[in-house]
Amino acid sequence: MSDRVVNAGLQPSVTPVRPPASVVTEQRGVRWLLIAIAIVFLALFLLLPLLTVIVEAFSKGLGAYAAALTEPDAVAALRLTLTVAAIAVPFNLVFGVVAAWAIAKFEFRGKNLLITLIDLPFSVSPVVSGLIYVLVFGTQGLLGPWLIDHNIQIIFAVPGIVLATIFVTFPFVARQLIPLMQEQGTLEEEAALTLGASGWHAFWTVTLPNIRWGLFYSVLLCNARAMGEFGAVSVVSGHIRGLTNTIPLHVEILYNEYNFVASFAVASLLAGLALVTLVIKSVLEWRYSADIAAGARRH
Amino acid sequence: MHAATDRIGASTAIQVADVSKTFDTAAVLHQLSLDVQAGELLALLGPSGSGKTTLLRIIAGLDHPDSGRIIFGGEDATGLPVQQRAVGFVFQHYALFKHLTVADNIAYGLNARERKRRPPKAEIKNRVGNLLDLVKLSGFASRYPSQLSGGQRQRVALARALAVEPRVLLLDEPFGALDAQVRKDLRRWLREIHDRTGQTTIFVTHDQDEALELSDRVAVLDKGRLQQVGTPDEVQEQPVSPTVLKFLGDAVEVSAVARDGGVEVNGRATPVQAPANSGRDLKLYVRPWQIRLTRPDDAHFVAIVQSSYRTQGRQRIEVEGPDRKPFVVESPDSVRFSVGEPVGLEIIGGYPFDAALR
Repeated sequence: MSDRVVNAGLQPSVTPVRPPASVVTEQRGVRWLLIAIAIVFLALFLLLPLLTVIVEAFSKGLGAYAAALTEPDAVAALRLTLTVAAIAVPFNLVFGVVAAWAIAKFEFRGKNLLITLIDLPFSVSPVVSGLIYVLVFGTQGLLGPWLIDHNIQIIFAVPGIVLATIFVTFPFVARQLIPLMQEQGTLEEEAALTLGASGWHAFWTVTLPNIRWGLFYSVLLCNARAMGEFGAVSVVSGHIRGLTNTIPLHVEILYNEYNFVASFAVASLLAGLALVTLVIKSVLEWRYSADIAAGARRH
Repeated sequence: MHAATDRIGASTAIQVADVSKTFDTAAVLHQLSLDVQAGELLALLGPSGSGKTTLLRIIAGLDHPDSGRIIFGGEDATGLPVQQRAVGFVFQHYALFKHLTVADNIAYGLNARERKRRPPKAEIKNRVGNLLDLVKLSGFASRYPSQLSGGQRQRVALARALAVEPRVLLLDEPFGALDAQVRKDLRRWLREIHDRTGQTTIFVTHDQDEALELSDRVAVLDKGRLQQVGTPDEVQEQPVSPTVLKFLGDAVEVSAVARDGGVEVNGRATPVQAPANSGRDLKLYVRPWQIRLTRPDDAHFVAIVQSSYRTQGRQRIEVEGPDRKPFVVESPDSVRFSVGEPVGLEIIGGYPFDAALR
């Protein structure tokens, strides 16, 4: 930057004007400054906390770390989290594909209403999402007396946690697939039908392969959210140790008890999940961007 | 040409009977009836919005008519779902299965059959091989659609449609997305394949040259109505309406009168016969090659030269007629005309219609 200024002053007619690499490129100094700010910001707000989790988790050695993870309540929390995800994710996968299929490939009344409803969980605070279920299924709630009469417990039990998790992770798959399927249109399905394929066969052999990477991507995000959800689950769980505590809730309880090592050890599981999700997500985005999102086609 | 011009004796493969179709509020097809002969290559020709693609999709079962019937070989197929109609459909934008190889694309229809009716693996492989030979893509079996050119993709799409041995092959603007040279080659090649297989074929096009070059018969559609069906010669020599005539090529519209069985323009006789049962006032439609340059004294009318250029041994002169509409006159003459020069034009042919007719 500065040498160009000097040159311009001394021998303006001799120095050839160097064209910028691109008209939208900033000067080098500005570029480095922006990059540096971004890196510092990332380090401070993302990398440092992540490191803290790991450092704190191992601060009393590997033995304490292992003990925190194998303690019965932690194992129960892990099992519950996996169970909830194992129910909520497949449910939302099926629902998401069906909803996206219906919205993208057919015209019907109330379509816009359905799209808005699918978006609802994203715009509602998770705590409110949890409260909704307490108000409906709780003892003082709408269906509470009936449920008590029939000895069915939903709130402060596993069903409530599953329902809250499904609600919160509801939009992930459908939101991802609707624009993708809309862009792909119905041409290939029509071709399959003219070739004699049944609708079912066409779905499995044409529609599904066309959305597979987008579907995988959205299930990945859905799963990460299902396992990490705190707010909504916290409201409906009741925090019964060994019974209705998921990993995020277990982390909070341990932390509130000043059991930092155990708390961070369990939290490192969630951090690990986040990292694995991030890596797979990046690989998918890099390799299959065109097949994941609509409008990302390069040819 | 290929299919019988006389309708007697030729068996009807597909009958479209009084088919109407309305999308939202716009009518796309008005009580349209059309017979397709077995083994013929029929072109559905019309401008965009004429309903030709809708008609093709209704025949395929991809759309359903509001009223009317589709009859396949004497059997009512109106309610038959698309899977059971045994049609081969070729889309303008290929619609190949992106995630399948060329061979798997072609085999798709056979593999989709229920187990009882599915041919054994070896036979499928064999048939795919034959079809690849037919479409001249023998070395391409394990390629993916994205690795093929547009023309190659469309050939795969055709092979895929032929693999299920359809009763009728339906092509929707099959060459529309291809560039001129490829389009020309594919046309000739489609004609060859048709002659070899004798497959009843209907194809949709808005390109007059394509329809006239390729087909046994042309069905001209306009605004959802069938205007005329006939051999390329018939529709060109005896167009039933100005609409058909104008759609089949450039024509100059000239006011004329019928006198003693002949047609007069500006009080001067032409070699054109007046149509039977017409009124006195006529419109005469003249093709560029039915106008000859002449001395202004002998001319039917005088026009002003706007521009001229030579191409392929002929001279094309754009002139502006008395109604101030520009049109093109062809001339083999090597005499060049300068812009603004008045030229005399003599009519040596044309198609007269009653002036009341549109």
